[in-house]
Amino acid sequence: MNKRSSWALPYAIFLVLFVALPLILIMVYAFQDSSGSFTFANFTKFFTDADAIGTFALSLEVAIENTAICILLGYPAAWILANRKLNRSAVTIVLFIMPMWINALMRTLATAELFHMVGIQLGKGTLLVGMVYDYLPFMIYPIYNILNKMDKSYAEAAADLGATPWQVFWKVQVPLSMPGVVSGIMMVFMPTVSTFAISEFLTNNKIKLFGTIIQENINSSMWNYGAALSLIMLVIIGITTLLQDNNKENSGVIV
Amino acid sequence: MANDNIIEIKNISKSFGDKCILKDVSISVKKGEFLTLLGPSGCGKTTLLRILAGFGSADSGEILINGKDITNVPPHERPVNTVFQRYALFPHLDVYENIAFGLKLQKVPTDEIDRRVRKVLKMVSMTDYEDRDVDSLSGGQQQRVAIARAIVNQPQVLLLDEPLSALDLKMRKDMQIELKEMHRKLGITFIYVTHDQEEALTLSDTIVVLDDGVIQQIGTPTDIYNEPQNSFVADFIGESNILNGRMIKDRLVEFAGHEFECVDEGFGENVDVDVVVRPEDIYIMNKVDNAQIVGKVKSCTFKGVHYEMFVDTDKGYELMIQDYNAFEPDTEVGLIIRPADIQVMHKERTRNVYEGEMTDDTHVKFMNGEFECLPQEGLSAGDKVTVEVDFSKVELIDHPEDGVLQGEVYFLLYKGDHYHLTVRTDDREHIWVDTNDIWDKGDLVGINIAPTDIKINRRHE
Amino acid sequence: MKRFFAQCYIWLLLIVLYAPIVFIAVFSFTESKVLGNWTGFSTKLYANLFTGNMQGTGSLMSAIENTLIIALIAATVSTILGTIAAIGIHNMRGRAKHAITFLNNIPMLNPDIITGVSLFLLFVFLHVSQGYVTVVLAHITFCTPYVVLSVLPKLTQMNPNIYEAALDLGATPFQALRKVLMPMLKPGMISGFILAFTMSLDDFAVTFFTRGTIGLDTLSTYIYTDARKGGLTPELRPMITIMFVGILLLLLIINIRKIRNSNQQAA
Repeated sequence: MNKRSSWALPYAIFLVLFVALPLILIMVYAFQDSSGSFTFANFTKFFTDADAIGTFALSLEVAIENTAICILLGYPAAWILANRKLNRSAVTIVLFIMPMWINALMRTLATAELFHMVGIQLGKGTLLVGMVYDYLPFMIYPIYNILNKMDKSYAEAAADLGATPWQVFWKVQVPLSMPGVVSGIMMVFMPTVSTFAISEFLTNNKIKLFGTIIQENINSSMWNYGAALSLIMLVIIGITTLLQDNNKENSGVIV
Repeated sequence: MANDNIIEIKNISKSFGDKCILKDVSISVKKGEFLTLLGPSGCGKTTLLRILAGFGSADSGEILINGKDITNVPPHERPVNTVFQRYALFPHLDVYENIAFGLKLQKVPTDEIDRRVRKVLKMVSMTDYEDRDVDSLSGGQQQRVAIARAIVNQPQVLLLDEPLSALDLKMRKDMQIELKEMHRKLGITFIYVTHDQEEALTLSDTIVVLDDGVIQQIGTPTDIYNEPQNSFVADFIGESNILNGRMIKDRLVEFAGHEFECVDEGFGENVDVDVVVRPEDIYIMNKVDNAQIVGKVKSCTFKGVHYEMFVDTDKGYELMIQDYNAFEPDTEVGLIIRPADIQVMHKERTRNVYEGEMTDDTHVKFMNGEFECLPQEGLSAGDKVTVEVDFSKVELIDHPEDGVLQGEVYFLLYKGDHYHLTVRTDDREHIWVDTNDIWDKGDLVGINIAPTDIKINRRHE
Repeated sequence: MKRFFAQCYIWLLLIVLYAPIVFIAVFSFTESKVLGNWTGFSTKLYANLFTGNMQGTGSLMSAIENTLIIALIAATVSTILGTIAAIGIHNMRGRAKHAITFLNNIPMLNPDIITGVSLFLLFVFLHVSQGYVTVVLAHITFCTPYVVLSVLPKLTQMNPNIYEAALDLGATPFQALRKVLMPMLKPGMISGFILAFTMSLDDFAVTFFTRGTIGLDTLSTYIYTDARKGGLTPELRPMITIMFVGILLLLLIINIRKIRNSNQQAA
């Protein structure tokens, strides 16, 4: 028994080297200047730069808006799919997931071109629409999954106890499907808050998001500042993860 | 060295962390014997079986098979095969492939594999199932395949880990008969693990009763039933009345407020003992004149074949009686017990005794708890002492946190007029308690002892 | 009536979702350099793609090649590493198990950009020159957790005595692994492999940060650079179309089969 637990050792070493150490390095670099001595300068630079703060706020705003729109559009879709006959809903859900198998950049580019052809100015509006288009399936799938697996007798029990269909929905099915919504939020919010290429395509580089600033700094060898910005993003991610931990329930990954 | 023991288990001990699972267990198993390891869950029986199979190792002790030490031999090289509790059939193989698995590994020629697989399939009456998916079989059928898969390798010893526990009652009874028959036909040694005393009594040549990692008794089913060596065995095997008694002299014992003739000798005079009387060995009748005990029926329940009655005696004891005749509640009855049906056992202990240490002159530490005691003259902090506490002087309370020690009711025994509890503390020490309060197994309790009830003596190394 | 609206809603979403892909597919049949400008039906872009007769062919083709090879290596190594790790983790207890599952979750929770930047800093810190090897290592880093998570449930579902039963019947630990454990873990390993493969194929950010400056391109980085230069290589259109039709067929076949199987079992 003990012998077989040692099988995890190679991977444990791998994880320390390629997951733990790099994250530690982000912290180390974030608190260093280019000559390698300890400093808070990278953070003061960020917090005193109105542009940087503005971008940061905009990124959060876009991510929250995108997530909210995805829930509003995705929940009804998941609901409808889950209440369909089994075979048909299985096929339709595959239809929803399939676009995700196409290279995300290519899809985004096509969306941008489509806006362009129809004559819509690229800007914050197109950014949001494009992102919703990119991430909606990630919201529908986990919610559909949990609604689909949900024991129908809950709804029946509620109805039996005198709940109207509307009350059954709001008081029983919505609360029970919350874990699916939470993992949908994780799958939509995390990538949107950190995106860079997609936002560049969808706004023709007019609007910069936080991810783009990180990318630009790293690419122009401003590693320490880039690391500091990454650390700030990590904190956001950490907070989101902790929030969802309170609502723990795995609704599965997409295959 | 002529020796017909196929397995010798010598002084096996095993702990997980600071939890002791097996304590110095030694068993000899004769060739062809059907030996059962019997005990409640958590008694260490499965651990012992796993050590025999080679899936676990003992901390100390050794195991000999055919006189050869196999303590360090890996499982695949041991001449034993196992039937697992939940069968552990390989779901990716069909019935035939499951059974042939071991033979293929031994590189047995294909035609011989075929012959042997068919033979065991016939033996377990599964001839038409060879191509079936194991997941499509019923519990009983999976059970048969699991047995076939083990015996096809012609092991010298077959280990069975509660093989019938997943089956329903009817199926279990049928399989018991088949197992016994199979054991007779194969002529190999079976070591069988179960917590079901009835199963053990039905199947075994020899039963080893285990509790808390310690062998309580080894014997034939008849021995174990008729002459339990301690109150645990008496209580665990079948139903019994277990009472405190006193051996007045040879062949005369006092319990339940009366003196009885008995057949036991050699206990000494005026010695505290435990007395066991099986409920079917008490004669119950309407006449009270020549009865040994008189009492009033408290309840009477029909149990299919016999009636089970509880009788309150005039001396304040409650006895369980089984009889083919019913006596309505509130009937005055007389009871008679034959001398040969009285089983007298040595008491394992008459009071709680611990080694402890003084922390100051009014506090003593034992069982990892610090208790207040009466001022001890001539003793000071750090002195090693022996602490004695009577069973009836231990106080159990509902709120564990209000006690000096916290524990769990681990075992309880009704002794006719009071309960005798074994309480296991959080540090896995035991304290025995006599009480009239009603507790359940698994209750969490606090333990207190009044200072006046703690007897302290200096301990000399 | 309610049903009708519900159906309409679903179809509307699907149409919106597929519009850009259909858009690309339609414009793969015209020669125009700019997407959205119809210059008459032509299959020239398809011909170009297959004959390699186009500008910048070499770089697009090598990008596709790189993407596939990197995905194949990363998925293979991840599957082996992840499966062995999963068996180890399954047999671990207590704090060590906690620690390793925590670390294993990090690459899945982390946004790509953080994984990319952190690995970039690692390679800078270790003075490793970045290129093919670092990209493959980075892909293994974010792929393996998915394999571990695909294999672990198979181990938990497994009867804990299965491995011991094999040993009991005379298998050496290695034989027990090969003849019993592996076949039972196979479904988990396969879905882990597929997941890892697609994650690697689709990755942009991590590759972007770990590919160094030697001009290594995968499909994603190629498209990115291409788009930033202003013009998109027209031959990407037929390629995307082919990829999409391929995936469509594959998924349809898999799902129809699945449905048929479940119908059969129900019958």
